[in-house]
Amino acid sequence: MTKPLPNPWPGRVVALLATIGALWAVMVAHATGQTLLALTLLAISALAVWTYTSQRSNALRYLFPGIAAAMVFVVFPMLYTMGIAFTNQSSQNLLDLERARSQLMDEAVIAPGSQRAFTLEALGDKVSVRLKAASATGPGNAGSLPVGAARDGVTPPIALSIEAPRPQVVALQTAAADAATSPLPLIDTVQHLPALRLLKLRQDDGTILTLISLREFGQVLTLYLAQPDGSLADRLSGKVYRADMAEGFFTADDGDRLQPGFRVGVGLRHFKQVFSEGKFREPFVSVFIWTVVFSALTVVGTAALGMLLAGLLNWQSLPGRGAYRLVLFLPYAVPGFISILVFKGLFNQNLGEVNLILNALFGVKPAWFSDPLLAKAMLLIVNIWLGFPYMMVLCSGLIQSIPADLYEASAVVGAGPWTNFRRITLPLILKPLTPLLISAFAFNFNNFVLVSLLTGGRPDLADSTLPAGTTDILVSYTWRIAFQDTGQQFGLAAAISTVIFLIVAAITLIQLRFTARADTATKG
Amino acid sequence: MAIVQPKSQRWRLLAAHLFLLALCAAVVFPFLVVLSVSLRPGNFASGSLIPSTISLEHWRYVLGMPYIGVDGKQTMPDLPVMAWLWNSIKVAAMSACVTLLLSTTASFALARMRFRGRQQMMTGLMLMQMFPAVLALVALYAIFDRIGTAFPAIGLNTHASLVLAYSGGIAMHVWTLKGYYDTLPGEIEEAARVDGATPWQAFWRVLLPMAVPILVVVFMLAFIGAIIEYPVASVLLTQQDQLTLAVGSKLFVHEHNFRWGDFAAAAILSGLPITAVFLLAQRWMIAGLASGGVKG
Repeated sequence: MTKPLPNPWPGRVVALLATIGALWAVMVAHATGQTLLALTLLAISALAVWTYTSQRSNALRYLFPGIAAAMVFVVFPMLYTMGIAFTNQSSQNLLDLERARSQLMDEAVIAPGSQRAFTLEALGDKVSVRLKAASATGPGNAGSLPVGAARDGVTPPIALSIEAPRPQVVALQTAAADAATSPLPLIDTVQHLPALRLLKLRQDDGTILTLISLREFGQVLTLYLAQPDGSLADRLSGKVYRADMAEGFFTADDGDRLQPGFRVGVGLRHFKQVFSEGKFREPFVSVFIWTVVFSALTVVGTAALGMLLAGLLNWQSLPGRGAYRLVLFLPYAVPGFISILVFKGLFNQNLGEVNLILNALFGVKPAWFSDPLLAKAMLLIVNIWLGFPYMMVLCSGLIQSIPADLYEASAVVGAGPWTNFRRITLPLILKPLTPLLISAFAFNFNNFVLVSLLTGGRPDLADSTLPAGTTDILVSYTWRIAFQDTGQQFGLAAAISTVIFLIVAAITLIQLRFTARADTATKG
Repeated sequence: MAIVQPKSQRWRLLAAHLFLLALCAAVVFPFLVVLSVSLRPGNFASGSLIPSTISLEHWRYVLGMPYIGVDGKQTMPDLPVMAWLWNSIKVAAMSACVTLLLSTTASFALARMRFRGRQQMMTGLMLMQMFPAVLALVALYAIFDRIGTAFPAIGLNTHASLVLAYSGGIAMHVWTLKGYYDTLPGEIEEAARVDGATPWQAFWRVLLPMAVPILVVVFMLAFIGAIIEYPVASVLLTQQDQLTLAVGSKLFVHEHNFRWGDFAAAAILSGLPITAVFLLAQRWMIAGLASGGVKG
């Protein structure tokens, strides 16, 4: 049974094309200034080429795509978050130094006194531009006018076109005081504006005038002059702005800052702020406490309810258990974002069904979304509603694995259900359940979807400069700092994310320990 | 059973039934309200659970058809619910394919091959699950912002960026698949090897056909996972016509602009199929795992 070896050529062609594609991508990334991206792409492509050409890469051939995706989109973002935590990245400090500098160098200013009003004169299908003499009394014109600007100027007739390959440069000639033909009305001038924008008029002294408004030409200069030492000097005020590498702004001696700033490393500043500066620490501490309380109460609530239900649904003499189980499983099967938004509607103060019922029964209309305590209670109610079926299924499985003869023995001595639960069920399921409870805690610690969709963290803390709410948990708090606040303080948000990483890592360590203990318990 | 039933048994049964019924009512109540609201005229009407007049305006709204509003005028829907649903399905289907591709191969190596660092890699995958993407939202946003300056087609506000971002979350699926592969007998593949099959052929021709049930389950779980994902999508997508359903739905339920009826119809329209797929995947998962192993 000899089978011909598969033709290697299609594979080789695909590999070659993939390599060329990867190299092209690296080039594009590099050309747009994304060096880090280019390097990452290059490293991945090189690894891929090695993996699929080397004879020694057996298992890696199968692992590579998955591991690469996990590295790039899970591990790298975590490391990158930690990196951002040490910078001042925010909406004001988004660019690097060079990009910020070039953006500032693009800022233009009209040279004082260079404005000259213009009219158009039609000569056949061509027009000529007639500039009025610059007025010596205009703003900033202390006597000295540019050479040739003291008299009216006129251009030879030009064919205006917006398709000109490059801006037309036309020399101005001295014009007679009176126009030969009457100027075009403004409405016709407006139609020529797109073409006039491309026009450059050279005055006698060599300065270039461009269109600056509906009625004027003027000389456009960069606002800032680059100094040899890298600082920027304001052309008009003469103020010198130096790059402040500690704060990430071009700053003048009097403290005036230019926008946009740039990204610089700020070391541990954000961490110090979060842990020691009052206005940052207070909201952080309050949010942190609520995060822990929220996760703990959720786990306790869902576990208690789930355990009770699991016990009931495993009670042999209870009819209709299957139907109950099916209905009670529903909250787990319905997509979370839909249930949460449904509850947001149900709890609405004036129109929601919850308050309609409460109003009919007790005559009260609690303000679920504006009272901090009620908002917290609502979050917990909704989260327990969402989470108990999972606990019910877990506990059900664990209870079913308890040998039935234990219960028979306890029935012989006349023990009631409470004794059964306390002496048999709970001790036996608690050990395997503990690691699962800890991961449920970790999950709720980061339950962004619930908080974000139900309350959005509101109602807000009254005395906080940062957007911190009474129902915010740490992840929703960082989200608001990064994406909702106008300052978009990515650096600060990343620092808090880093703190969350550490907390989650600690929880994970505890969980691993309990898992090991549960495993030895079941084995031994 | 020969155990004497105490007299209190009947009371306990009654109490248990009452408790379970109350809980079932609490579970079903929101769904009934949503169904009722979606059929009531107007967005503010609060009536009985069984609507006195049935109006299909909200259903016309979510299906993108012109409807007669409360003011009696014919109006066109302003939120593209069907486009969102399509976006969600598109992203979820692509993401599920990518996930399946990445995780079947990786789990094959972890289940069938012995190599250095295998144990560490499996631990690493388990640890990864503890750190959800929501913790790295700032970085994900910054990364796709940067990628977008070089390759706008996979930058912010594209569905491709979302598929890429989801492609890293394969840890759980790798574990599921590896667990299933472990239950399949290695002897069949070894027999294939003896007949001269390469590892790739053993994987592609022998193992995968046996693993079809679990592949379907993983595909469905990945599909659902992507369709209900909210945090990453809410950060990467901002243009209204690009949103997925999970991000778009919240535009209905503002505290002050409260469009109960339209939301209710949209929720049923999208929630019902997702729930059905989830219940199906759950059952197949159990059935698939139970039927694993050598038969006969």
